[in-house]
Amino acid sequence: MQDGAAQSGAKPQPLPEKVSVTLTVNGTERRFSVLPWVSLLDALRDHLDLTGTKKGCDHGQCGACTVLVDGRRINSCLTLAVMRDGAHVTTIEGLAANGALDPLQQAFIDHDAFQCGYCTPGQICSGVGLIAEGRAKSADEIREFMSGNICRCGAYPNIVAAIQQAMGTKP
Amino acid sequence: MSMLNNTAKTYTGTATSRVDGRAKVTGAAKYAGDFNAGGLAYGAVVEATIARGRIAQIDISAARRVPGVIDVITHENRPKVADSDEAWRDDVAPEEGSPFRPLYDDAIKFNQQPIALVVAEEWEIARYAASFVRVDYEKQPFVTDVYRKRDDAIVVEKPDRPRGDAAKAFAAAEVRHEADYFIPTEHHNPMELFATTAMWEAGGPLTVYDKTQGVRNVQQYLCSVFEKKPEEIRVLSPYVGGAFGAGLRPQYQVVLAVMAALKLQRSMRLVLTRQQMYGLGYRPATIERLALGARRDGTLDTITHEAVGVTSQFEEFSRNDTGWSALLYASPNARYEHRVAPLDVPTSCDMRAPGAATGVYALESAMDELAVALKMDPVELRLRCYSDRDQNEDLPYTSKRLRECYREGAAAFGWDKRKVEPRSMRDGKSLVGWGMASGVWEALQMPTAVRIVMTANGHAEVSCAASDIGTGTYTIMAQVAADSLGIPIENVTVHLADSTLPRAPVEGGSWMAASACHAVIATAGEVRKELLRLAKLMKGSPLADAVEEDVTLSDGKLVGRRQTERGVSISDIMRHGALERIEKEKTNEFAEDKAHARNTHSAVFAEVKVDEELGVIRVTRVVSAVAAGRVLNPKTGRSQVMGAVVGGIGMALHEETIYDHGLGRIMNANIAEYHVPVNADIHDIEVIFVDEPDALINPLGIKGLGEIGIVGVAAAVANAVYHATGVRVRDLPITLDKVLAGRQAA
Amino acid sequence: MIPFQYTRANNIADAVRLIAATSGAKFIAGGTNLLDLMKDNVERPTTLIDISRLPLTSVEETASGGLRIGALVPNSDLAWHPLIEKRYPLLASAILAGASQQLRNMASTGGNLVQRTRCAYFYDTATPCNKREPGSGCSAISGVNRGHAILGASTSCIATHPSDMCVALVALDATVHVTGPNGARAIPFADFHRLAGDTPHIDTNLGPDEIITSIEVPAKGFASNHSYLKIRDRMSYAFALISVAAALELKDGMIQEARLALGGVAHKPWRNPAAEAALRGRPADEASFAGAADLLLRDARPQAHNGFKLDLARRAIIRTLSQAAHGTPQSQSNKTIQ
Repeated sequence: MQDGAAQSGAKPQPLPEKVSVTLTVNGTERRFSVLPWVSLLDALRDHLDLTGTKKGCDHGQCGACTVLVDGRRINSCLTLAVMRDGAHVTTIEGLAANGALDPLQQAFIDHDAFQCGYCTPGQICSGVGLIAEGRAKSADEIREFMSGNICRCGAYPNIVAAIQQAMGTKP
Repeated sequence: MSMLNNTAKTYTGTATSRVDGRAKVTGAAKYAGDFNAGGLAYGAVVEATIARGRIAQIDISAARRVPGVIDVITHENRPKVADSDEAWRDDVAPEEGSPFRPLYDDAIKFNQQPIALVVAEEWEIARYAASFVRVDYEKQPFVTDVYRKRDDAIVVEKPDRPRGDAAKAFAAAEVRHEADYFIPTEHHNPMELFATTAMWEAGGPLTVYDKTQGVRNVQQYLCSVFEKKPEEIRVLSPYVGGAFGAGLRPQYQVVLAVMAALKLQRSMRLVLTRQQMYGLGYRPATIERLALGARRDGTLDTITHEAVGVTSQFEEFSRNDTGWSALLYASPNARYEHRVAPLDVPTSCDMRAPGAATGVYALESAMDELAVALKMDPVELRLRCYSDRDQNEDLPYTSKRLRECYREGAAAFGWDKRKVEPRSMRDGKSLVGWGMASGVWEALQMPTAVRIVMTANGHAEVSCAASDIGTGTYTIMAQVAADSLGIPIENVTVHLADSTLPRAPVEGGSWMAASACHAVIATAGEVRKELLRLAKLMKGSPLADAVEEDVTLSDGKLVGRRQTERGVSISDIMRHGALERIEKEKTNEFAEDKAHARNTHSAVFAEVKVDEELGVIRVTRVVSAVAAGRVLNPKTGRSQVMGAVVGGIGMALHEETIYDHGLGRIMNANIAEYHVPVNADIHDIEVIFVDEPDALINPLGIKGLGEIGIVGVAAAVANAVYHATGVRVRDLPITLDKVLAGRQAA
Repeated sequence: MIPFQYTRANNIADAVRLIAATSGAKFIAGGTNLLDLMKDNVERPTTLIDISRLPLTSVEETASGGLRIGALVPNSDLAWHPLIEKRYPLLASAILAGASQQLRNMASTGGNLVQRTRCAYFYDTATPCNKREPGSGCSAISGVNRGHAILGASTSCIATHPSDMCVALVALDATVHVTGPNGARAIPFADFHRLAGDTPHIDTNLGPDEIITSIEVPAKGFASNHSYLKIRDRMSYAFALISVAAALELKDGMIQEARLALGGVAHKPWRNPAAEAALRGRPADEASFAGAADLLLRDARPQAHNGFKLDLARRAIIRTLSQAAHGTPQSQSNKTIQ
């Protein structure tokens, strides 16, 4: 945040009307109203109380906010909730079906693919997206296609191992 | 271990999955910014855009007019806060200086200093309104470049008596190496943004969820700053999204969030932006000078290590980078001196292995250069200088298996196949380099209290104010509790990081594992004692004659240590005593032992491949052999060391906080251009825990793993880059342009 | 971020009408760059016109044997489109060298063209920047400029264009199709981006009321001999210090046609016809490649902190052309540079 230079000469503008947004989140239809500037990430966290999705940079630089929108992994910080009206969103809270962990969630535990756990929801959603894409197979490819998720604790080798386990390419 | 039980299942020392794993993989684990409440207000910070001066005028009128804005707080309208330095000095603050106080007065001491807090109904409203806070500054000259203050830095650490005459020995040495090394400012960049959620409740305490490594520290600090009674503020951090030292001291966002919550009598969340986190503490940029003198046989005559690190103009933070050099290797002459240069920046702070990650980088780079000068294998040089005594204090170690680290690490790496000459190994268009370095850290331990509540159904709740910043504290405490209470780990619940829980030190310095686990054992002993007392009261008790030393808890029963068939189940004892629960709390203190040095050690081996023409560097393999006493949990312990190796690779190749010294501003205050390793940067990392029994340090023989994993890594990588290319880059990070420049100069 | 009205365009005509009628309006598609800049108050649109649902997501073969790529095809879909992978692997490779999979899933083809520089001063509203605030000065010229331009820089701006995809597109002789109030027109890719000159605030020749509808690549895709090599400070998820797109058409070891473009060196994806002409008719060997590199870099001028880029660019050009000549394009997953 900078000083008034960014707004030199400008006056505060009135806020626009809130807009109604409907999302199917983890299989449940959720309808809410937000100002247009609310990111999908903030909508999930602040408006739908789904705080499993994390904010690590708010600029698409870390991947902590990764969710699946209509089956594809994206950075939820760089999209507006209103733009996603009607979409199907899967967050980390929606991966375990009836209490049974997704194979990748279990693989993360098995391989200790995290320490602090903060990047983990994004890593797992990204990994689920990666597996669904069906492109990355080798360790090199997994590393490259998981590079949009930074883990400052440095769990990368374990993350790769967990994904390989979930893909069934390694016991 | 005699302290533990001969139960069918022993958790301590066994690879155990994290007990908080499920919470973390399902999104259920709540971090400071994850606690929601009705009526939560959101804050946004306005930062200074100059490096030094004062606020001549600050106009918040336009910001206040933004619809949805609740308040704008500045130094002019803030509520009263404590006004002595003492009141603002947290537990781990530097002893010297005047701690920073956000929104205290009109003085600007560093760029990105918070100068206003906007509070609004929604985050984006607060951020928008923040852009309308208008500031006129009176600017003053500033310096942010440590090189400009190198010559007038202040001496903060040097030995009372130098060992021998280092300078004279250097002049007379058969083989000499002398060079400067530089580590730039680095920022911790934990993935979690610094955040505080303060829950305000009429008549109740203010409940503060904060991103911190020490809830007790933050709680006492807040009570002091806001002049509150201890029961009026409660601080929690059940999950911490990494910290690496950044959360040791209370950060300004917790002050601002609490200030606003108290003033507005409203629950409040303040999450700093990633950019704003560059206005917090950092690993200080440090200039290191090493001078080594040796005999042709590779024994050291003399070591001189001098360093100049950065601190702020208002606080004197430092960690001794230089003492390690005089400690580690046998040398009759040694001199060290650590100085600090006060600059117009925030106060530097601890970052993983403070002082050692940097100081040992310089030492171990210099040792590699000496090995080159001696035409000696770098491992061999270290063995010739090996010391079984702490060279500074001339004390034996409680244990030191560094020799085994060299041996096991080298064997796993295949070091014997290394060709000595630089540029002698290739893989296609890449030059291959193998480098190694030693690592050293302290094995510290602190008094810590733990409460255990044992219930008749054989469950235990273990409580402690300690934080788990991702290190695995929840898990190792559960393991040790399960073993010492003789119950399955599933029956143990660990509660941490709540200021109302029994006292613990901040989570740092690698001391938490030893401190917390021995506190668990001590308190479990009290539980056992109580169970024995009750068991003796039972009619026909098989333990009627038993004394405390004779019994142990195993498999849900209190049994004889030698005759395990002689026992009574915990539930029977408690039913008989008509007790639902046994609650015990004890503070564990460690016996003082001034006759021994306590350290962890490591040997790190790294392989790099450097494209000969393009200078692109890849770290393809690392073996880290660590001697750190007994490892409580090889699974989480391995992760901890592996992650530290990743941090060390970042330090070697990527990390640098880049200043525009003309503006006194950081120009890569984000996590796109402040490069930390991504998945594609990291390949094979093998962690070896060298068997290091230690009967002297503490009953479990544990030393802690938090720091040792990063120490030496940057040097091992730098030495490998030299071995690959023949280019010695002495200022980190080793980017490809520096390698190319070195080739051209050669 | 400043408040804005949000509206959705129903069709291309609607989009053009809306943007012409609304001052301070901007289109939003993927949003990956625009929202990033809005959060930092660098971009301050008062209306966002959401074009993300317009039917511009197809990849179609053209009558002349090329492909017409809808402006809203996500970068990831484009990189993995069978026709792109088969016929334009250089483009696929360049796309995969950029950003992360999450960002590529969001970012649109058209949006990639209009992404703005990563110059730190452009992002920092506390510092002067001619691109952000015309006339305020350039902080980078006297500041930290390791990542900045070595070709075509002006005295008012030394920023670079950050795209990888565009480097491949300019090499492939793509055409940008746009529609405005006066109808549709086509802009050759090399003319789409501008040099900074004394108007660094204007990145492209796209009119203020125009919308990109598609990008067309001609039939020639150089599928046999190509490579995209990106040199950066870490192995992935980082902007280029230097990137090179090279494509060759070979016959009996002789170069029939050559394409050579650079990223990370200029205010626009850099292509030099003279350097390509110098390669034509020459043997595909290192001497030819070095000659082309020297020609391309003849007018390169370093900034205070990026002198290394001159030599690095030369070496990278030679290596990339060599990879192309050998038919061993740079993998974007295996980071070994052959």
